[in-house]
Amino acid sequence: MSLKRRVFLTVLVFGLAALGACTLAPLVGSTPVSLRRVFDRSIPFAENPDAQIFFVARLPRTVAAALVGSALATAGVVFQALLRNPLATPFTLGVSAGAALGAMLAITFPVSLAFAGVSSVPIASFAGALGAVAIVYALSTVRRQGLSTEVLLLAGITLNAFFSSLILFIQYLADFSQTFRTVRWLMGDLDVAGYTPILASLPFTLLAFAVFAWLPRVLNLLTLGADAAAARGVDVVRSQRLAFFSASLATGAAVSLGGPVGFIGIIVPHMVRLMVGSDHRVVLPASALFGAAFLVGCDVLSRSVMSPMELPVGILTAMIGGPFFLWLLLRQR
Amino acid sequence: MVSRRSDAPSQSGCGLLQADNVTYEYGAHVSGRTQGSPLRVDGGDRAGTDQSSARAGVHGVSLSVAEGDLVGIIGPNGSGKTTLLRLLAGLLRPSSGRVMLGGRDLHSFSRRELARRVAVVPQETRLAFDFTVQEIVLMGRFPHLGPFEMEGRDDVAIAREALRSTGTLDLADRPFATLSGGEKQRVIIAGALAQAAAVMLLDEPTAALDPGYQLEITALLRRLNAERRVTMVVATHDLNRAAALCTDLVLMRAGRVLGGGPTRDALTRENIRRLYDVEADVAFSERAGHVTVVPIRRV
Repeated sequence: MSLKRRVFLTVLVFGLAALGACTLAPLVGSTPVSLRRVFDRSIPFAENPDAQIFFVARLPRTVAAALVGSALATAGVVFQALLRNPLATPFTLGVSAGAALGAMLAITFPVSLAFAGVSSVPIASFAGALGAVAIVYALSTVRRQGLSTEVLLLAGITLNAFFSSLILFIQYLADFSQTFRTVRWLMGDLDVAGYTPILASLPFTLLAFAVFAWLPRVLNLLTLGADAAAARGVDVVRSQRLAFFSASLATGAAVSLGGPVGFIGIIVPHMVRLMVGSDHRVVLPASALFGAAFLVGCDVLSRSVMSPMELPVGILTAMIGGPFFLWLLLRQR
Repeated sequence: MVSRRSDAPSQSGCGLLQADNVTYEYGAHVSGRTQGSPLRVDGGDRAGTDQSSARAGVHGVSLSVAEGDLVGIIGPNGSGKTTLLRLLAGLLRPSSGRVMLGGRDLHSFSRRELARRVAVVPQETRLAFDFTVQEIVLMGRFPHLGPFEMEGRDDVAIAREALRSTGTLDLADRPFATLSGGEKQRVIIAGALAQAAAVMLLDEPTAALDPGYQLEITALLRRLNAERRVTMVVATHDLNRAAALCTDLVLMRAGRVLGGGPTRDALTRENIRRLYDVEADVAFSERAGHVTVVPIRRV
C-alpha cells in the first residue's frame, strides 16, 4: 500500500473514531439527551433543553478533552522522536509540571496581560513548558552522549518534584478558597466553564499543529541519530529547535486548558505505533486524532463510574498510564 | 590519491574531495559543532568501542581523494580518524583550513545539497523506533524531495535497486531491528546508495561484525566502488580489512597525517611501528589476494 493511501486511510479511520467519540460523549450524563432532538432544526434553540444541555453544558467539556488529548499525544510523539526515547513525554519529562507552574502563577496572581485580548494563562503555561524544555535541552546538550533512559527519568523526577514544590508554595500563599479549584485542576480536570478557555488556548494549539505538519519526515530521520539525519540532508539544529518549540506550545495549551493530565503522551503514541507502524507521517496525524478520541473516552468514563460525582480525568489516565509506563520500561532492554 | 604532510598543502591536486590544512579541536571550538548537532542522544551513532577517537582533534591535515578512489584512513584509537571523516562529511566545521568538494568549499553547500553528493555510513545504526528495511532505505531519498513531497514511484524504484545491489531485496518488508549485524550494515549501505551520492564516507563499517560479515561487506564495497564508481573513504583501525578493501591508505596518528600512498606501499612493518608502536609481520597472502598483518608485540 502506498504511503498516501496509508495516511488517507489512517486519517479516515481515526478521524471517524474521534468524531464519533465527540458526538456521543455529550449524550452521557445524569440527564438523558436524545441525539435526534439535539439536531432537530424545527425546534428553536431556546425551547430545546436537549440541545441546550448538549451544546452549552456538555460539549465544551468534550471539545476541551479532544483538544487536550490531541495536543498531549502529539507532543509525546515529538518528544519521543527528538530524544530518541520511547519513555519521553510532556508528563514524564516535567514539561507538564512546568506548564502547570506557569498557569498557576497566572491564575493566582492575575495580571491583566492585554496581549491583543489573549488570556495570560495559556501564555504563562507555554512559558513554563518552554522553561522546562530548555532545561531538558540543556541537559542533553551538556551531556554530549545525550539522554539515556536513566538520565531522562531522573531529570523528569527532579523537574517534577521541583515544579511541584513551587506549585505547593504558591498554593500555600494563595487564597484558601482557590485551593479546592486548583487542586482539582492539578489532577487534570476538564470541567471547563463554557467555550472561553477553549478559545483562549486554541490559537496556541493551532500554531503548534501547523508546525507539526512540517515535522514528520524530519522526525523519521532523527530517530536514526543526529549525525545520520544530518548526513541525509536534515538541518538538525533548526529542526530540533522547531520541534521543541512546537511541542512546548502544544503542552502549554493543553495544560492551561485541562491541567497536567498525565500519561496521554505515552499511552496514545505507543498504541498508535502498534497499529500503524513507526512512520511519523502516519503516526503524528493518527496520534492527534486517537489522542482526542482516547481522552474524550476517558472523560466519559471518569464522569460515569462514580456518577453523579465527576472524577478529574487525570486520576483515571494515571491509573491506566502508570502500569502502562512500567510495562514499557520492562520491555526496554 | 595523493596525501601529504601538513607542510605541503598548496601542492594538493584537484581531487574530488580535498582537505587543505584542516585543523579541528574539540572544546576550544564549541560553535563549530553547529553543523552536526549539540543533541547527541542515547549513544546512537557512535556507540561503543571508539569513544576516545571521537574526541580527538586533527591538526593541519591535507589530503586529496580523486573520483573512484577507495581510500582508507588508518591509525590507532584517538588518532582523529573519525574526526577527519566527520570534517569530510561536513558534520564538523574546521577551525582552520578548508574541505573542498569538486573545487567548492563544503560549507557553501546547504545540508540538502551536500547530502545529494556525500553519504555517510556509521559503524552501527540503532533505531529509537522500528522502521522496515524499505522505509530506512527510502530515508536516503530525503535530500531529493521537497519539504512536503512524498516518495514517488521513482524513489521506490531507486530504493529497491539499492536493496538489490546490496543483496537485501528479500528483506525489504522486515523490521530493521530483527536483522543481523551484517544485514543491517548492508541495508544502511543501500540507504547511502539510494542517496545517489558520488562520495561515500564509512566509519569503521565492519568493526561491529564477525569475520563472515566482514568479508561480505568488504566484497560489497569493492563491487560498488568498481561497478558504480562510488568514491569511498573508510576510517578503520583494522589493518587487514584496510588491506583487503582499500587501494590507497592515509596514515594518521595523534591528529596528524604521517604519510600515505597505495596500500601495498603504505602498509609496511616500519609504518605499522610508527603508527601503533607495534611490531608486526607483514606478508602478501596469495589466497587472500592482499597484504596481511599479524601484530607480534608492543615496542
